[in-house]
Amino acid sequence: MAERPDFAVVGKSERKVDGKALVTGKPVFVADACSPDTLHVEILGSPHAHARILSIDVSQAEAMAGVACVLTHANTPPMRHTTAGQGFPEPSPYDARVFEDKVRFVGDRVAAVAAESEAIALAALKEIHVEYEELEPVLSIDEALREGAPVVHDEPDSTGIYDASRNIVADVDIDVGDVTAGFEESDVVVETTCETQYAQHAPIETHVVYSYLDSDGRLVLRTSTQVPFHVRRIVAQVLGIAIRDIRVIKPRVGGGFGAKQEVLLEDIAGLVTLRTGRPALIRLTRKEEFVAARTRHPMRVRVKLGAGDDGILQAIEMEAISNTGAYGAHGLTVLANTGSKTLPLYNKAPNAHFYGQAVYTTLPVPGAYRGYGATQGYFPLEAAMDELAERLRIDPIDLRRRNHIRLGETSPIFEKLGEGREGVEQTIKSCELEQCLQVGAERIGWAEKRGRRIRNGSWVHGLGMSIMMQGSGIPLIDMGAATIKMNEDGSFNLLVGATDIGTGSDTILAQIAAEVLGVPLEKMLVTSSDTDLTPFDVGAYASSTTYVSGMAVQRAAQKVRDQITAVAAEVLGIDARELSLSEESVVAPNGERLSLTQVCQRAMYESDQFQIGATASCVPTESPPPFLANFAEVGVDTETGRVKVLHYVAAVDCGVAINPILAEGQMEGAIVNGIGYALTEEMQISSRGRVRNPSLFDYKIPGALDIPKLEVILVESYEPTGPMGAKSVGEIGINGPIPTIANAIHDAVGVRLKETPFTPERVLAAMRETSAA
Amino acid sequence: MTITLTINGVRKTVEIEPGERLSDLLRCEGYLGVKIGCSAGDCGACAVLLDGRAVNSCLVFAAKADGREVVTVEGLERDGRLHPVQEAFLDEGGLQCGYCTPGMLISAVDLLSRNPDPTEAEIRQSLSGNLCRCTGYVKQIRAVQRAAAAMRGGEENG
Repeated sequence: MAERPDFAVVGKSERKVDGKALVTGKPVFVADACSPDTLHVEILGSPHAHARILSIDVSQAEAMAGVACVLTHANTPPMRHTTAGQGFPEPSPYDARVFEDKVRFVGDRVAAVAAESEAIALAALKEIHVEYEELEPVLSIDEALREGAPVVHDEPDSTGIYDASRNIVADVDIDVGDVTAGFEESDVVVETTCETQYAQHAPIETHVVYSYLDSDGRLVLRTSTQVPFHVRRIVAQVLGIAIRDIRVIKPRVGGGFGAKQEVLLEDIAGLVTLRTGRPALIRLTRKEEFVAARTRHPMRVRVKLGAGDDGILQAIEMEAISNTGAYGAHGLTVLANTGSKTLPLYNKAPNAHFYGQAVYTTLPVPGAYRGYGATQGYFPLEAAMDELAERLRIDPIDLRRRNHIRLGETSPIFEKLGEGREGVEQTIKSCELEQCLQVGAERIGWAEKRGRRIRNGSWVHGLGMSIMMQGSGIPLIDMGAATIKMNEDGSFNLLVGATDIGTGSDTILAQIAAEVLGVPLEKMLVTSSDTDLTPFDVGAYASSTTYVSGMAVQRAAQKVRDQITAVAAEVLGIDARELSLSEESVVAPNGERLSLTQVCQRAMYESDQFQIGATASCVPTESPPPFLANFAEVGVDTETGRVKVLHYVAAVDCGVAINPILAEGQMEGAIVNGIGYALTEEMQISSRGRVRNPSLFDYKIPGALDIPKLEVILVESYEPTGPMGAKSVGEIGINGPIPTIANAIHDAVGVRLKETPFTPERVLAAMRETSAA
Repeated sequence: MTITLTINGVRKTVEIEPGERLSDLLRCEGYLGVKIGCSAGDCGACAVLLDGRAVNSCLVFAAKADGREVVTVEGLERDGRLHPVQEAFLDEGGLQCGYCTPGMLISAVDLLSRNPDPTEAEIRQSLSGNLCRCTGYVKQIRAVQRAAAAMRGGEENG
């Protein structure tokens, strides 16, 4: 296995490069810098889950003092598109319009008003008179697939839908070997079906966009997005204007988690600005964020495992039905990831089958959400593995050991199933999962506490575990690019399209460049995510930034390093290949040094002048998985059914952690989000399709009092294909809590929960069912 | 109506609308470190010190601030030096996106002004009104512990 070199800047917990601005409250977010003549935009949402708009009268709203413009389907471009911010051509159907004469969920866009103030805009919304013809809603997966179900997308001009007449957005079916034969040959077969709920990303900053015309009349969109370049492309496409006439700027973003991998508001803001010539601000309220932004895809996933007496898997079958709500954004790709990010983990099974469908309903719109389908798949997979271990009387850790993928190995799934299409063959070049299992088990006290059912009054303790992998970017699709240019004081501008949404990517990308160029972090000046200034990058999703954009940065820095050593070689009269960079100097083998300042001054002012600088790109050819072993100790109150996570240990192999404190932070945040998803978070939807709890009071995300003792252990490997040996760490952690807690609940009270979140009611019901049986 | 209040040590007289929230007043006056996350008192991003105590400024009528002293995150620096809580959040990785950070810092400053040596439980309690979706709170709790130690050390030395 490749060795990790000694690093000077990489591997250090440097402070975030944007940290000081953030802790001092500088105006760095979208809504913090709006001109006084800004128009405030409010959006009218549909009161019905499924309806046709027969007429819409905006005359009274338009006539109101202070109203600048009203937008409806009657006066906006009809271009079908997807709101999913993905690479082009997007693997999501073109089934959305800016506005339409049909609405497909409660909160779906009907009209927008731009006015001098928020109060006027809100008052004007009340003066828009809409006549609806209500249609039968489709409020579940089963209703969507029922024979004769209402067709959610019956319009003729939507494209990319697998079978619109049956509400099927996408259909995925792949086979490895022969699972039927595999199950027949198995000594033990277990099968489980699990359902996951509607859940919200709940970034503390809701979706917000500010648009204006620059002095040349170009449209500028300053927006809270994960995908600035996709925003530019999709807004150009939808509004029918040239890409060159749009500039997208991403300032600091107050959290994304996938919710902002979506072009949700920029089209409306752009239209308002183009129609009125005025700056426009759209900021979703918390309620709007819950109702009309994006969610995680609820899924029903069935997993069937067959194994020999020795515990070696013979066959894995996974069948996933995904609810993609009113629009198909990310429908196919999230579904495909449910299989592609889970099944390769157990590559010992010679037979595997993945089948999935994503279906339309007239419910809120799911999209990208950290984990991206893998989260939904790991619940039944790891619950079934726990059940299999129980049936075989093998320790759950040991069962994983006998089956998980290892260094130098591959899985046929990598090639068969990718991001909504065929994948890419790869072998594992770094894997410390074994070590993760070992240190995690020790830290949680597995040997001492598992199966003991320690009682404390009405509370019973239990231990559970699970393992998982994710990916690092989308191979042969994702692209990141970086430009580095040198300044005469020995500092560098690092320009990246990569999109820091709080993840710390500006910091870790600067660390990578600083490492190559032999300078401390403060000599790297980062500009990111401005489509006029920075090179292209697909954006912050698919756990890609460190691996893909990081490699682009490393390559750009290497090119710049070569230019620097070439200049120094002339001065020093030493072959450039013998020169290295460290401590802000070019160093020769004989100890002679030339400072970077001297190098750049020569290049700028003295001899054969040129700008020291370079651009490089990266399109990855593989997607090395990070690996994770999760362990949890939970308490279950047998009287109330309440579940409390007492101790959670996550041992993760993310390759080299470029910045350990930021890597730990990614894990901790993902795990706590996952614990919320496992225990408390659920969008409750009424029988008419309305979200009943659209607030942070009624939708419970974890707070500081709710977290367990949480330990993240970075078990580093060195990924030879990654920048500085790094893989990824952004998503994987969120997959852990559901199966880990479910398995711990089983250890405590002997019930297997199949539906999230694990509320006291569900736990009690399951316990009663078990004791009745 | 007109009110007079002190914001970050500066006395100001401002015109307010009936029913105006303190959070809106502060943002209008240019204190943009006051963040809006829910406008319902659920998330704590808009927390400020009102006469030294952390409050969700979205739940306080601007009129109630008349004659009182408000400190926002912009007022935590002293003589160009960051407050120990700000330093500790930077060192411990207590922030990611930074949107909840101003409110989180305000709650921490409030706590440490009353309790220079808080237990972990007391820190969790004091941060419990500030929702953060990025960090998982682990490093924020640690940052408050670090700031508390630094402030106690500073007092001993000073």
